[in-house]
Amino acid sequence: MTILKVTGLTKRFGNTDVLRGIDLEVARGERIAILGASGSGKSTLLRCLNFMERPGGGTIALDGQVLGREGRAGERSYPESELIQVRQRVGMVFQQFNLFPHMTAIGNVMEGLRTVRGMPKPEAEARAAKELARVGLAEKADTYPAHLSGGQKQRVAIARALAMDPEMLLFDEPTSALDPELVGEVLAVILALAEEGRTMLLVTHELGFAYHVATRVIFLADGAIHEQGPPDEVLKNPKKDRTRAFLASHKQFSF
Amino acid sequence: MAYQWDFSPVLANAPLLVEGLVNTLRITGTALAFGVALGLGLALLRLSPRRFLSWPAGFVIEVFRTTPPLVQLFWFFFALPILVGIEMTPFVAGAVTFSIQSASFFAEVFRAGIQSIERGQWDGARALGMRHDQAMRRIILPQAVKRMIPAFMERAIELMKTTTLIATISYADLLFAANEVSQKTFRPLETYTVVALIYFVVIFLASQVARLVELRLARSGESTVH
Repeated sequence: MTILKVTGLTKRFGNTDVLRGIDLEVARGERIAILGASGSGKSTLLRCLNFMERPGGGTIALDGQVLGREGRAGERSYPESELIQVRQRVGMVFQQFNLFPHMTAIGNVMEGLRTVRGMPKPEAEARAAKELARVGLAEKADTYPAHLSGGQKQRVAIARALAMDPEMLLFDEPTSALDPELVGEVLAVILALAEEGRTMLLVTHELGFAYHVATRVIFLADGAIHEQGPPDEVLKNPKKDRTRAFLASHKQFSF
Repeated sequence: MAYQWDFSPVLANAPLLVEGLVNTLRITGTALAFGVALGLGLALLRLSPRRFLSWPAGFVIEVFRTTPPLVQLFWFFFALPILVGIEMTPFVAGAVTFSIQSASFFAEVFRAGIQSIERGQWDGARALGMRHDQAMRRIILPQAVKRMIPAFMERAIELMKTTTLIATISYADLLFAANEVSQKTFRPLETYTVVALIYFVVIFLASQVARLVELRLARSGESTVH
């Protein structure tokens, strides 16, 4: 069953076409790893899906419902009220965590529930504690982000996204800002979520992880989908030269 | 021949000076309260992507930042009553002038503070489904305010010193009281020395309190104190 359908998605920054017509259909429970060199548009694609960036052209449909309204000149406009609904259904985890430094770990996880959902404090607190326990940080509930390691920060950020009960999770290079020895704990949490059958899109440079966790791999080049398929095909037997060259350039590539 | 200091005539008029100090604190406090609130409003308007909101706010800020406060005070006290027929007491004229004047500076402090918050904080807030105003209130402003404290204190001190101008329209603030005492006692040297000391003590204490607040806030992780 399709949860997300992207048709002809384009985006330009100034004179640069970052996305040149992306078509993508995501079924519930699918886990898609998005690969590509820097500048290939993979982060922009992800950020368009929950409207952290406004798409330039094309349409995005969530659960069969095309988002935004068509304007007179054919361009789409997106009312904030609609985007707010979408963002609650599509959670996002960032490369730089983006935790709120003035709130404790549990405060961060509760924030969406309290401010956006208007949930009473005791209920939100219980829910947040549950999510922190899920990422293995129950004992860090009252710690401020400044006193957490990078890996712990990212796990809090994942708990924060999970607290909103998203139907789909977007991970934007979740381990790229981490010291190598901290990558494992974050990947373990993401793997556990994958095993629960959650729908997720993951931009990553961890090819080995992508191989294990993804049901489909998409290779982006120059703002377009260059090659896609099951990880066994794309990562082990790529058909296109550019995919091959990209994989070869990642030395740590190992299954 | 050395000058013979004698503070006793000044100290005999202490009640006058105390009353002046109370009035100075009253006008400063009033202007500070309205100035901060108005300054936040002006900053939010100025940061609005909508031109018809940001432009007028920018205009008010620039006009009040680039004209002398004494001219503003005279304008509100002498010119405005002629234009619109509203008579203002010296206190009200001073409160209006110093509120708007300090608001235009506070607005710039707020704006700088808000703009210093990383884009990622907005991203994090929006990704949870927060509206712009929720993100501003819950995520951006609390962090911005912490960073603003030093600049904010400096403006508040500047404001207290600026309020001495109100003596020119016969409001009985500390400086006005000092004039009176000095003329009564023929001891201007002692009088103005005492008055300078009073300003020093009040402002120094206020800045120490601010520093304490800043240190307290620093405990919750990020702050401006390192």
